[in-house]
Amino acid sequence: MTTLSRRNILKIGGAAAALPLLGSKAFAQTEPLKIGFIYVGTINDNGYNYAHNQGRLYVEEHLGDAVETTYVENVPEGPDCERVLRELAQQGNKLIFATSFGFGDSVIKVAPQFPDVKFEHATGYQKAENVGLYNARFYEGRAVCGTIAGHLSKTGKAGYIGSFPIPEVVMGINALALSGRRINPNFTVKPVYISTWNDPAKEADAARAMIDQGIDIIAQHTDGPAALQVAQERGIIGGFGQGADMSAFAPETQLTAIIDHWGPHYLASAQAVIDGTWVAGDTWEGLKEDVVQMGPYNAKVPADVVADAEKVRTGQIDGSFHIFTGPIKDNTGAERVAAGVTMTDAELLSMDWYVEGVEQPA
Amino acid sequence: MDIYIAIIVTLVGAATPILIAALGELVVEKSGVLNLGVEGMMLVGAIAGFAGQFYTGNPYFALLCGAFAGAASSLIFGFLTLSLSANQTATGLALTIFGTGFSALAGAPFSARPVQLMRPLFPAELATHPVWRVVFGYSFPVYFSFFMVVAIWWFLHRTRSGLTLRAVGENDVSAHSIGYSVQGVRYAAVLFGGAMAGIAGACFPLLLTPQWAERMTAGRGWIAVALVVFASWKPFRLLAGAYLFGLVMTMELYAKAGGGPLSAIPSELWAALPYLATIIVLVLISIRRDATSNAPACLGKPFLPSN
Repeated sequence: MTTLSRRNILKIGGAAAALPLLGSKAFAQTEPLKIGFIYVGTINDNGYNYAHNQGRLYVEEHLGDAVETTYVENVPEGPDCERVLRELAQQGNKLIFATSFGFGDSVIKVAPQFPDVKFEHATGYQKAENVGLYNARFYEGRAVCGTIAGHLSKTGKAGYIGSFPIPEVVMGINALALSGRRINPNFTVKPVYISTWNDPAKEADAARAMIDQGIDIIAQHTDGPAALQVAQERGIIGGFGQGADMSAFAPETQLTAIIDHWGPHYLASAQAVIDGTWVAGDTWEGLKEDVVQMGPYNAKVPADVVADAEKVRTGQIDGSFHIFTGPIKDNTGAERVAAGVTMTDAELLSMDWYVEGVEQPA
Repeated sequence: MDIYIAIIVTLVGAATPILIAALGELVVEKSGVLNLGVEGMMLVGAIAGFAGQFYTGNPYFALLCGAFAGAASSLIFGFLTLSLSANQTATGLALTIFGTGFSALAGAPFSARPVQLMRPLFPAELATHPVWRVVFGYSFPVYFSFFMVVAIWWFLHRTRSGLTLRAVGENDVSAHSIGYSVQGVRYAAVLFGGAMAGIAGACFPLLLTPQWAERMTAGRGWIAVALVVFASWKPFRLLAGAYLFGLVMTMELYAKAGGGPLSAIPSELWAALPYLATIIVLVLISIRRDATSNAPACLGKPFLPSN
């Protein structure tokens, strides 16, 4: 494994450009598959990027010398990403995972220039011949969280710290609200968008602002545990880990966590490239495929609530339960999904409206 | 009522690290040195403060660790720009990049390790009533920041050493010719600025969110640098500026969370407000024409004793 910063990747990229002169083609047969990962944040964020990096380690663990992985941290979503992708491709990485939604445009731009490199973009929507998509059904985990929130919230108000109003985040807010309202019809969710994935101080202040205004359950879709720490500090009922088990930061307050477990997907993709069977896929796996896992339930969650949450979890695994099954009204009161109808994946992935019970964010 | 109290308490938390870092930078700039490495020094201070708290559990010791680490990193800047006459702007930017990378490296073992938040300075009985909470509800760095506003103002305007420091910043050659040690004064100022930035950085894991996260200062060091200009190098204006920024940052979140008329303002406008405020104040100051005249005349210029 090689660790690269965005700066010295330039140097290595330059050196790699000279490599073909050495006639490396002769021993191409025995070379390990080089895999590149780019992360929007740091692998020490205890959340989203940490989880992707665990997936990378999972691949290394299972394929050993057959693969060689590289990762680049803190890649901004914008022109820089294009450059990093190009560098990774020039270095000989034949499979590149772009792990953040905002990398999508860059991947689509760079991919045609490297037809022999396979790209996979997480949580996006733009495919190409050598660009596959993969995603995880985080919303299934949020449906489990919402069940707990609906049971435990005394004020009936939950707060939700979001990064940006993209479908992935909107879907999570809606899943939490729908699930909570199955238990408590007056349950509401207040989203606050903070326009960043990782600014712990701002996440903490957003959590304080919502707690000061009456919420007693908090969920977040940002990369770190700051909101949970505030929940613990203020002694509200609780919150949920996002991306990873964050119970170390809020032992009394993390009710459960949504754990991203990308390893199996990364392993399958790497194996497919090695076997020559890779095709640009479009996978969206969840609890059933073990790509989404639930963290341990906090001891303070009563047994009947755990049982109800488990029912939601197992129902999603055996396919008997889908949170986005109608009737669903939006937050203006209009019916969006008719009774008995389940939203399609395409509809979910372009979700830009809030269900009943979600306060319209500013 | 309670919501206003809550807003004030959160606002003080948001403003304090910015104010402390900006006060340090103000003294540095008054001595004629422009150190753009505040963000990097804050990050070094943040990881040192975190480590201090993690190993000893003593937040005062942790603040000292932050101050020491901030000062140590500013010494690199001082050596390069003062002893070797390197370009201050470029060296300052390099210090930020160095601080970001170094803090990430030093912080790697501390992920997933929470620490304890610093406790309020006064006993809880004093802060039971909401109104008293506004006065007595904070931990040490908040009172320290207020004390330093007054102390720095007094130092710069009422003491002989302060006059020397300003003289060095206004006219280094003259100060040198009448026997003041320009380099000595500037080294002292740079070290002081580094220590303040380090304390400001340590406030993040001690005051705001008790964890270590890479880049956890998230650009607030740059706000501190901008505030010094914004405040036209005056400590009390700096206090007002830091709290104005803190207010905008906090109101954004409370308005979004609470509804009411303020929540009708779109998120994007909220995010732009601190910058709009900066532009408006800079325009107002420049109309009064004391913005440039108040900048130390030797700001950013290297001084070579041999000349």
